[in-house]
Amino acid sequence: MNDNVLEKLKTLAESAKYDVSCASSGTTRGHTKGTIGSTSGWGICHSFTEDGRCVSLLKIMLTNYCMYDCAYCINRRSNDIKRATLSVSELVELTIEFYRRNYIEGLFLSSGVVRNPDYTMERLVRVVKDLRLVHRYNGYIHLKSIPGASQELVNEAGLYADRMSVNIEIPNEASLKRLAPDKNFQSVLQPMQYIQQGALQSLEERKRFRSAPRFVPAGQSTQMIVGATPDTDKDILNLSSYLYQRPTMKRVYYSGYIPVNEYDNRLPALKQPPLVRENRLYQADWLLRFYQFSVDEIVDSSFPNLDLEIDPKLSWALRHPSQFPVDVNVADYELLLRIPGVGVKSAKLIVTSRRFGRLSSWQLKKMGVVMKKAQYFITCNELPMHTINELTPERVRALLTNGTRKVDDAQLLIPFTY
Amino acid sequence: MVVFRYDRSFEGLLTAVFDAYAHHEFPDMLLGEADTPPLFFDEMVRIYTDSEKSTRVWNGLKRRISESALYMLPDAWLSELPGVDMLLFKYMRKAIDAPCSIELNFGDADVMELLKIWKSVDKERLRVIQFVRFQKTVDGMFFACVEPVYNVLPLVLDHFKDRFHDQKWLLYDVKRDYGFFYDERVTTEVHLDAKQWDENGRLNEDSAATDELFFQKLWKGYYSSMTIKERINPRLHRQNLPVRFWKFLPEKRK
Repeated sequence: MNDNVLEKLKTLAESAKYDVSCASSGTTRGHTKGTIGSTSGWGICHSFTEDGRCVSLLKIMLTNYCMYDCAYCINRRSNDIKRATLSVSELVELTIEFYRRNYIEGLFLSSGVVRNPDYTMERLVRVVKDLRLVHRYNGYIHLKSIPGASQELVNEAGLYADRMSVNIEIPNEASLKRLAPDKNFQSVLQPMQYIQQGALQSLEERKRFRSAPRFVPAGQSTQMIVGATPDTDKDILNLSSYLYQRPTMKRVYYSGYIPVNEYDNRLPALKQPPLVRENRLYQADWLLRFYQFSVDEIVDSSFPNLDLEIDPKLSWALRHPSQFPVDVNVADYELLLRIPGVGVKSAKLIVTSRRFGRLSSWQLKKMGVVMKKAQYFITCNELPMHTINELTPERVRALLTNGTRKVDDAQLLIPFTY
Repeated sequence: MVVFRYDRSFEGLLTAVFDAYAHHEFPDMLLGEADTPPLFFDEMVRIYTDSEKSTRVWNGLKRRISESALYMLPDAWLSELPGVDMLLFKYMRKAIDAPCSIELNFGDADVMELLKIWKSVDKERLRVIQFVRFQKTVDGMFFACVEPVYNVLPLVLDHFKDRFHDQKWLLYDVKRDYGFFYDERVTTEVHLDAKQWDENGRLNEDSAATDELFFQKLWKGYYSSMTIKERINPRLHRQNLPVRFWKFLPEKRK
């Protein structure tokens, strides 16, 4: 270990940082004698970079040499950047020493493709195998599966990794072909399929034998770049929704395109990354996963893109005024989740508390309901004055998007009478 | 106005609940030993902490509310907020008097308030778990300073005992001047007189391991390379990583 390692670490971190995933959730595994570390089911962030993203895992590449030439990637073959390769012993020591100091929750290992996908995958598998079997490391490992790697290697990797991921990057095959001539959908979806097969098989085996090995217990994730191609949010969300229907897919990440290779004219020239769009996509993703929305309710052919000004749930509510107002004292949990300003937590609080008595607006406020939004969509113990049906969706939209309100309006806005 | 004076311990509070029910007299105000009483009051009741009485109250609560709600009480107590004792008293009284468990009645202001306090204590506990940075000492022990807002050190021990079960560590709360030492078997509460660290929790040069500074440098280098310049967002950064933790984090030090 010397300053040389520091240089390599910096170079490889620079290369790995555009991968969004940093979750360390999904597996709970206590310590066992003779091993180092444990994992906690909810995941722990140990630091946050200045862009506000969490640092939970030591996110690093084994090497940033790459034989592919994907237009959106900083490590593409034709880029003139510093290249480095970490040795297995350096990587293992870094991981364990950082882990022991509580800097990280585990390792996120990925790599540029060297020689061929199988050769690269084999090197990755060797590192995690070494870490698990020789150094008895028991913390979290997220391993990138290389597109085009063979099933045998994915099957072996799955025995040591907690989570595996293959990045789709571009939500549309034609665009992918144009930007990354060496890749196609098949090479990405195939390893996903292998991971899924391995995980399902292991679940089946563990029903019969308690000691059967676990296979990628925290499932798999993937990532899509937003704004590098003309694909609409409808394309992106349809693909995510399709992926979420597959049994082991836990997360789809969206990464606002950051122009790393400005010279490439196949890519749009953006002044700044599409951060708002990325945020809206995450909100829509949450609606799919936790709010029981289906993808056609969020985007359809008449609204192929998400509204950047308001969140997707509010936008759905404004398009469906007939569903409102919802009476929070009687409505089903599913319906409560559809009210703008009510989240999963407050919906659960409402459902449990209303057994004890009728709820009023001040109680809802204390439970964390965002009354600024919710007031137009609910009735509770008090009589509603101005719900969306009296005010019209356009007016509600204007009220919620205008930052400053005039004093005169305030009187009209008192939402409830006692 | 009835005033109860007790020793400001959790057991003392449980004893106060017992005595209140025994004498059918409920306090309007709870005072510690050293607190000045208000100018006018009708009666001052002195509570003598009694483990038998407090155990009876605890067992009684066990029958009335679920375990998860029960353990919110000592956790909320660790917040050390002014007035939390009166809130806990009111909560326990409601729990005892109600015909069925009140723990899910979040429409009730006291139940909601307790949930809020418990949540903020739990959040602080998580933050300590997130932002503890161990430093290796010459004798191979791992040391970290913390300064949590609430007294959450007892709540994080289980996590660290599980995770770092094969290393000796010492967690020290510099604000409350006590800590816990783990010797690879059990944790013991310690109080250190000779402080071998500076105001930023950094170990003195002669007590830190030789490669400690190098690993801090590596971590700092890694951390600064991870930032994507195009996305810098100081507000979000401070929201996720509150400034009060910065002085203990090697990556945030100058």
